[in-house]
Amino acid sequence: MNVPFNASFFNAGLVYARPEIFLTVAACAILMLDLLLTDAQRRWTGILAVISLCGTAALVVAQPLSTKVVALGGLFELDRMAQVLKVVTLLTVAVVFVYSTDYLRRRAIFKGEYFVLGLFATLGAMVLISAGSLITLYLGLELMSLCLYAMVAFDRDSGIAAESAIKYFVLGSMASGTLLYGMSIIYGMTGSLELDGIASAVRGGFSANLGLVFGIAFLIVGVGFKFGAVPFHMWIPDVYEGSPTCVTVFIGTASKLAAFGLAMRLLPEALGASQADWSQMLVVLSVLSMAIGNIVAIAQFNLKRMLAYSTISHVGYVLLGILSGTAQGYQAAMFYMISYVVVAAGAFGMILLLARQGFEADKLEDFKGLNARSPWFAGMMAILMFSLAGVPPFIGFWAKLGVIQAVLGVQLTWLAVVAVLFSVVGAYYYLRIVKLMYFDEPSDATAIGGSMLMRTVLSANALLVLGLGIIPQSLLQLCQRALQ
Amino acid sequence: MANLMFGGHLLSVLIWLPVIGGVAALGLGDRPTHAKWLALAVSALALLLSVPLWEMFQTGTAAMQFVERAPWISTIHAEYYIGVDGISMPLILLTTFTTVLIVIAGWSNVEKRVAQYFAAFLILEGLMTGVFASLDGALFYVFWEAMLIPMFIIIGIWGGPRRVYATIKFFLYTFVGSLLMLVALIYLYLKSGSYELAVFQRLPLSLPEQTLIFLAFFAAFAVKVPMFPVHTWLPDAHVEAPTGGSVVLAAIMLKMGGYGFLRFSLPIAPDASRTLDWLIIALSLIAVVYIGFVALAQTDMKKLIAYSSIAHMGFVTLGMFIGFQIVAHTGKTGGIEMGLDGAVVQMLSHGLVSGALFLCVGVMYDRVHSREISAYGGVINTMPKFAAFMVLFALANSGLPGTSGFVGEFLVILASFKANVWYAFLAGTTLVLGAAYTLWLVKRVIFGEVANAKVAALTDLNGREFLVLGVLAVAVLVVGVWPAPLLDVMRASTQHLAEQLLFSKVAP
Repeated sequence: MNVPFNASFFNAGLVYARPEIFLTVAACAILMLDLLLTDAQRRWTGILAVISLCGTAALVVAQPLSTKVVALGGLFELDRMAQVLKVVTLLTVAVVFVYSTDYLRRRAIFKGEYFVLGLFATLGAMVLISAGSLITLYLGLELMSLCLYAMVAFDRDSGIAAESAIKYFVLGSMASGTLLYGMSIIYGMTGSLELDGIASAVRGGFSANLGLVFGIAFLIVGVGFKFGAVPFHMWIPDVYEGSPTCVTVFIGTASKLAAFGLAMRLLPEALGASQADWSQMLVVLSVLSMAIGNIVAIAQFNLKRMLAYSTISHVGYVLLGILSGTAQGYQAAMFYMISYVVVAAGAFGMILLLARQGFEADKLEDFKGLNARSPWFAGMMAILMFSLAGVPPFIGFWAKLGVIQAVLGVQLTWLAVVAVLFSVVGAYYYLRIVKLMYFDEPSDATAIGGSMLMRTVLSANALLVLGLGIIPQSLLQLCQRALQ
Repeated sequence: MANLMFGGHLLSVLIWLPVIGGVAALGLGDRPTHAKWLALAVSALALLLSVPLWEMFQTGTAAMQFVERAPWISTIHAEYYIGVDGISMPLILLTTFTTVLIVIAGWSNVEKRVAQYFAAFLILEGLMTGVFASLDGALFYVFWEAMLIPMFIIIGIWGGPRRVYATIKFFLYTFVGSLLMLVALIYLYLKSGSYELAVFQRLPLSLPEQTLIFLAFFAAFAVKVPMFPVHTWLPDAHVEAPTGGSVVLAAIMLKMGGYGFLRFSLPIAPDASRTLDWLIIALSLIAVVYIGFVALAQTDMKKLIAYSSIAHMGFVTLGMFIGFQIVAHTGKTGGIEMGLDGAVVQMLSHGLVSGALFLCVGVMYDRVHSREISAYGGVINTMPKFAAFMVLFALANSGLPGTSGFVGEFLVILASFKANVWYAFLAGTTLVLGAAYTLWLVKRVIFGEVANAKVAALTDLNGREFLVLGVLAVAVLVVGVWPAPLLDVMRASTQHLAEQLLFSKVAP
């Protein structure tokens, strides 16, 4: 766009980016401070990181917002969706940090870098979520991804972690490249980098353009990769399994929210007018993800790997909401994503809780007889598993109901039937965990560890899944307001 | 009175009191005796509080009673909307009544995780009451599915050797059907803008729409009933479940399938029900005749009763759909209600009788630890009191006049006669087959010489068991001898349903 650069106007927009600026300063300060701390004082890094995340979340909530604001010369935009996604991301990362602390200490890898990299990855996710142009979108995505690659390799003595990190890095870079290529085609076709500019250009008659469809295909590949949708899912199981669990939970939660933000900015916002084109591509991705994710998960013996395939299948359901192309569908997809993240955080949290020195607790049989060892946490895990299976009265059910409603609303009845049939397949492997916990005898009688704080937060996390399942109105309304 | 006492929230209390009691019992994990007494107190209180439902029920109207309505999820227009009519109210009484008996019956024969056992049954009671009371599709679905969780746990923890296979099969079978129903419910919601069942029932729908919706509901309810050929989960679940689990399955859960046909399939898709009545009637008759023969061949007592349940539930579905054939063959509408009345009475009676039979098997199993028929023989010599009860329930199961089993079967056969003699003939074979497999069971287990040392060492019923079976025997006889009050309670509702059946929803 040929508007001359106006420095004072640009600076006036910085006020909207206050949370991001705060988080940047906080992350840098924590990085510095961490150098001065002895190992005995290291826990302050974690505490300060959690505090700065909560502070950033408070700043986001405090931003008054009536309509969408585009600032910083079109690079940055703030709307209700961005606010909600940012707050959820920040709180999720805070919870992840709480879960990780014990685990890191027991592994003797309690280093400040974990928290600092985590904060920068969160910053990347926030920038991505608030991106107003393809440039910031890509910038945020890369900031997040680079931090995540480093976090995967963070346990430097672990060979499998290093292997995962390389795999993640190589494939992730390819995906970023593809995405960038798609973006350049879109820019070439529409002449704009700003999402609003692209949207108006596409509305203006480009929607049937073959070149544009070509660009969209590349974008879908990139988005599908970040989401982990089939057939771009190869990295997910290996990275989930190979990373330290405290990093897996980060990738499985916060980065999914960012991927959702990426998809929402690119597809409905910038390319809303050619919805018919990308919807068809997403149908394929969605059906394949639901099928492969649910079926292959049955064959897994490693819980982290199983949850990886479970993620893939859930992404298929999120895509159902997006591909419907209606406001109701976007709301349902957002609700699905948020509720999935809440449940996944809890499920990985359980693995972190059961893990101890020299023992990962990431095999299915490590959950054997949990009901005899700790009825309370067996109950919490059962809540999480039934929620993932989509059984009421847990939040996962309302998520599923929403996306099915979205596809039925656009007369894709067959897709709704396919979705529910694959969720029956999915129910089997979640039930298997419940079976192991309740019907089998324990093979290991060690008491459940974990600090009081972690146990409390984990219990609260699982009870939230139940509570929001009984009264989902508040979260549904939040998503509805975010995407009207 | 009692309803006023709770500010008009009697039904809510009946749903949530057991659920809260169950959660509290879970909290008493390491004090099993306390948990038991808590379970007994809560279930007895729930039974006591359900009596006013019967006492204060207005028999003259088909309108919903004890209605409570509050906003729940306004984003999708789902409401917390509950109430009962003449069909659901007796089923709720059956639920509260059965739960007390299960708690008493399980008093001393549960060995592991006692508190969780009783907690599961209490939570299940609340959720089942919720299913029968829901007048909102979303609320109904939540209770309907949530109910699977405690049942899954009950079969899986306290069940027999193949419990894991049986419980996962049970869960997945039911889950498939239910999810298709969910798709239908959401479709109806998108079409009508509300989840209220009454709105669904009024909504005009074209025949193809109705057919798909009918089939989706059919998937959910046929599995639950269970109808041939999707009945195969039931024998497994029954055999592996602990006694209490079998009783709940037979007495209440199977009834939910029948209830679903009455509340959803028939009134929401009457035209599709009419066009597809042949399907249900054929499957029902297969269940009655074929499954009757299968029952004859069983060597396991629980399996035999499970197959007998399938055959009896075939009667229920036959009674519900025979009305269409009456209209088609005679052009008269007189027999529809008779079939519906018969179906509902048969559901209640089967709840009492099959529950009682499973308890009888449980009594023997607790002593001998075998369910094989061949492990018994001549039980009457050592357990005369028990033998008397067992014979009574067996006779009720084969439909002897004077017992509850007779009333429902008689009404359904009579209605079938109005449609076609052959329907009645085939349905009537159940009287022969039912008598054959039940009485043969009794002959082999109860009568004859004492078969082995274990049977010789049997002790007769203790006070607790006598109480449970005695109460059930009284109920079976009362319904059998004097069914009039029960029929009065449901008359208005079945009449209303019969009118809905005849009303075409296809827009002209």
